[in-house]
Amino acid sequence: MALNYTKKTLNHFLKPKNIGEIKNADAYAEIGNMVCGDQLNFTIKVEKGKIKDIKFLSFGCASNIATASIMTEKVKGMSLEEARNYDWNKIVSDLGGLPQQKVHCSIMAVDGLKKVINNYEDKKGAKKELKKDVKKKNIK
Amino acid sequence: MQVYLDNAATTKMDKTVADIMQTYFLDKFANPSSIHHQGEEVYNDVEEDKDKVAKILNANPKNLIFTGSASEANNFIIKGIARANKDKGKHIIVSEIEHPCVLGPAKELVKEGFKISYAPVDKKGRIKMSELEKMISDDTLLVSIMTANNEVGTIQDIKKIARLVKKSGAYFHTDAVQAVPYLEIDIKDLGVDFLTLSSHKFHGPKGVGMAYIDRSVKINPLISGGEQNDGLRAGTLDVAGIIGFSKALELAYRNRDKKIAKIKELRDYFLNEINKNIKDVHLNGHEKFRLENNINLRFNGVEGEAILMDLSNQGICVSTGSACSAKNLRTSYVLQALKIDSKYLNSNVRFSLSKNTTKAELDYTVKRLTETVKRLRSFSPIK
Repeated sequence: MALNYTKKTLNHFLKPKNIGEIKNADAYAEIGNMVCGDQLNFTIKVEKGKIKDIKFLSFGCASNIATASIMTEKVKGMSLEEARNYDWNKIVSDLGGLPQQKVHCSIMAVDGLKKVINNYEDKKGAKKELKKDVKKKNIK
Repeated sequence: MQVYLDNAATTKMDKTVADIMQTYFLDKFANPSSIHHQGEEVYNDVEEDKDKVAKILNANPKNLIFTGSASEANNFIIKGIARANKDKGKHIIVSEIEHPCVLGPAKELVKEGFKISYAPVDKKGRIKMSELEKMISDDTLLVSIMTANNEVGTIQDIKKIARLVKKSGAYFHTDAVQAVPYLEIDIKDLGVDFLTLSSHKFHGPKGVGMAYIDRSVKINPLISGGEQNDGLRAGTLDVAGIIGFSKALELAYRNRDKKIAKIKELRDYFLNEINKNIKDVHLNGHEKFRLENNINLRFNGVEGEAILMDLSNQGICVSTGSACSAKNLRTSYVLQALKIDSKYLNSNVRFSLSKNTTKAELDYTVKRLTETVKRLRSFSPIK
């Protein structure tokens, strides 16, 4: 069945943005799709509550690569809150549409984004807790 | 450069075939069922070509029925035999790697009280003979096992399987769609009761299939309401299609040995070049019992659909069994039947050659493929 990927999707697939892994990243997340077997790995760098940098690795189809590419491009510079609520429909419309059976790729990309942000906040929270514990111990 | 390496999906029609067919669209257009002189002339041409096909296949021409596709032929045979011979048995065996147009009708028959068993294959796609033998019972009416698989190109020993099945009293059908011209099809020698072919797989027209049926066995028509084919397949004969099928089959088997030797040489060269240039590549299917034009490869760490799209963007047409290429997002059941590790199921690409394939095309493909796999692996999380 013809997929008829848009030119934009093909461009993002052939020349994806933000591929790779950030060294000393602030957080890391891995997400996979049980049905199609695809996988995306995200690393982020956060500064002043904003996504300073985001990179991804992909084991996936053209649409998996293109959706992650365009999403990372769009969320760079966003606040964590804004990025966490990033709508997968936005990815689809930014690409000029996706074949129906490929729409789940955009959902997987935003799920991965949420996961990496949550991992970052969990890590930060854990650090805070650790600091509190240390303080308490010092008072004693 | 445009490179077509998807000949297991379909082939380019031969110019000679197209030219001959043209005559039957524009000049000899009469209905072969008409008894006037124009109809009679067309009827005689069809009969003459049917005889030619029968001769190539070593079959009785009366046993050949042309259909609108191989899918129709397989539906006709499987449903037609089952429905007409319910008193003989209600058990059907098909291999687990059959084409969907065999699996589909078999599944449909479950609703009509038939029991379906799936004959397993080994890791290279060959039927496990002892398992098949155990499956056959007194209730087994029909066994259908393909001559050669469309995805991985594995060839079965049809003569041996037919003998085993016939010994039990069951009927035997083989879908030989992928076999022409790579295997000789001598129906009498093979000992099959039913056989299916499709002309667009051997440089003939699309929309023309053929069912060989042993006319001594009862069979119900799939399409009724006409006297064509003795009522076994109603509908005005697709004259141009039948003539095209016949010519394409004749050409396919002309200089066959030379043609196949050339394809095999190119395939081996291609495989060798890929292995020289790309690491972690594995051949799916059988090394020996394999169609000469088929290469099915696994590229660890990258997705088949991504390879396909990248190559397609560079003019190269291939195929993949990866879940991402399927509308239902399911991985190829053929590769699953070969017990390929689930983590590799989405990393497979099929390259299928034809007599038209050239060394220059393969050199270009190796170059592009090497770059593509390198690029995709560079950002794959799976090392």
